[in-house]
Amino acid sequence: MSVLLEATGISKRFGGVEALKEVSLTIEQGEIYGLIGPNGAGKTTFFNVLTGLSGADSGHFHFAGRPLDISAPHLVAAAGIARTFQNIRLFANMSALENVMVGRHLRTRAGVVGAVLRNAATRSEEAGIARRALELLHYVGISERGNDLARHLSYGDQRRLEIARALATEPKLLALDEPAAGMNATETGALRQLIEGLRGDGLTVLLIEHDVKLVMGLCDRVAVLDYGEKIIEDVPAKVRRDPKVIEAYLGGTVV
Amino acid sequence: MSVPKRNVRLGIALIAVVLSALPFAVGLGMGNAWVRVLDFALLYIMLALGLNIVVGFAGLLDLGYIAFYAIGAYLYALLASPHFGLHWPAWAVLPLGALVAGLFGILLGAPTLRLRGDYLAIVTLGFGEIIRIFLNNLNSPVNITNGPQGIARIDPIRVFGVPLSKPLEIFGVHLPGVYLYYYLFVLLALGIIFVTVRLEDSRIGRAWVAIREDEIAAKACGINTRNVKLLAFAMGASFGGVAGGLFAGFQEFVSPESFSLMESVMVLCMVVLGGMGHVPGVVLGGLLLAVLPEALRHGAGPVQQMLFGRVLLDPESLRILLFGLALILVMQYRPAGLWPSATRRREFSKPGP
Repeated sequence: MSVLLEATGISKRFGGVEALKEVSLTIEQGEIYGLIGPNGAGKTTFFNVLTGLSGADSGHFHFAGRPLDISAPHLVAAAGIARTFQNIRLFANMSALENVMVGRHLRTRAGVVGAVLRNAATRSEEAGIARRALELLHYVGISERGNDLARHLSYGDQRRLEIARALATEPKLLALDEPAAGMNATETGALRQLIEGLRGDGLTVLLIEHDVKLVMGLCDRVAVLDYGEKIIEDVPAKVRRDPKVIEAYLGGTVV
Repeated sequence: MSVPKRNVRLGIALIAVVLSALPFAVGLGMGNAWVRVLDFALLYIMLALGLNIVVGFAGLLDLGYIAFYAIGAYLYALLASPHFGLHWPAWAVLPLGALVAGLFGILLGAPTLRLRGDYLAIVTLGFGEIIRIFLNNLNSPVNITNGPQGIARIDPIRVFGVPLSKPLEIFGVHLPGVYLYYYLFVLLALGIIFVTVRLEDSRIGRAWVAIREDEIAAKACGINTRNVKLLAFAMGASFGGVAGGLFAGFQEFVSPESFSLMESVMVLCMVVLGGMGHVPGVVLGGLLLAVLPEALRHGAGPVQQMLFGRVLLDPESLRILLFGLALILVMQYRPAGLWPSATRRREFSKPGP
């Protein structure tokens, strides 16, 4: 396996709080990589730094064989990293289909002139955008809700829609921030299938999750953050037996 | 979507007939002053459509929009009047006005990229006032704008050398100047509607709406929000610049008082009342708010005379009073605007089954 993402010495402070302390980790091509830790351990901060939403104080990323420019979110997305949000962030008053079509923005070109003239190139590009968006709705299993406003979708469907929108940017790495939060057992099971399907299709997944059972069952490797520091990075079987992890995160009981 | 092509053509033909006949119907029925009102309504429709791109599509509250109208108007006034002795043709000045206003749009947009909502409103309001105050005071030490007196004797717009300010006789049909301007304005307004509708249903339009809905998510989706927002400011401003140039040529006079904050608020009301983000609604809003106050101005006096035998309320203050009342009623009973888009209507309603 080859390394897809390499984070080296990522640090981030918020005033006196060290949210991330020299975090280094490597994610390999094609794996599902779990990032867990107690609340406030810095998982989402790591996501925000990685996706360019908040700058790092030090450290750098290497992605797909080249240095990753994290100075702006759209550059990260263009490099091939797509994300979802812990508190779902959809375009609430756009239809589900339009949400996914927005995701195609990055991989399409039409500008003002093309839009106004609607020449052959723009028309075929638009048709391609709509077609791909519909395929992705199908892929995540909500194609019948395509014309509904995003905010009228059920919670589970909104999560799926957010994944479809992220996939529309053609990522190499999909970063999911607590995708199972607030889901019931059935929805979580379906989500698990979806994520396994993504891996099956060659995508690398970075997963933040509180649901320990889901993470341990799904991930190839897991890293544990505690107070902004990575305390271990290993296969789930070893992570769940590590005393530091049990102390920091699992509350003293072996799951 | 499923409307047959024949019906579409029929509809277009019908609209063309109505739009061409309208000045005759209005002019012969109510007098040419009302055709003039119609001309102004068309200018306001263009402004409302421009502001709609910024406020309705991209969700950036702009309270200084009239500044771009002023820039277009003064550019025309300076380049085509005896003030500097320049007499550039309209076909050159109008596109230049669009370009310069667009540049000013970027100039306003660039420092305000991080602002939203109230904060953006305050900065844009300030921008609008700055432009007006500049126009008011740029008469010394070097006289550029002629200050509060404004610039007079501006060249009328000429199409193929024919000035639109003078009546024209075509095939025995007498066309006064206001009719000629009407036709020019209708064509340009249709052009702006066309551009807006095309943009709305495009990659760019979706990116604007995405920014309105959730800027962070839009960024994460790979949208370069800086460029896309600046584009919205520039496009909206350029429409305002064109309308401003037309205004200057039509009026043959410009002065800073035409570009007060009240005008910005008026255009914003047209957008909001009509139906933010919905092109037909915005056109309706522009038409209503441009025509109704005039109707009140002319109608209020005689009606009171008839009912009470004398004029109790000054028509001018009554106009503002009724205008305020209308605003409150519309916001109360149709918060999404008079003619909102289907999506927007759903947005303001409770989630259905």
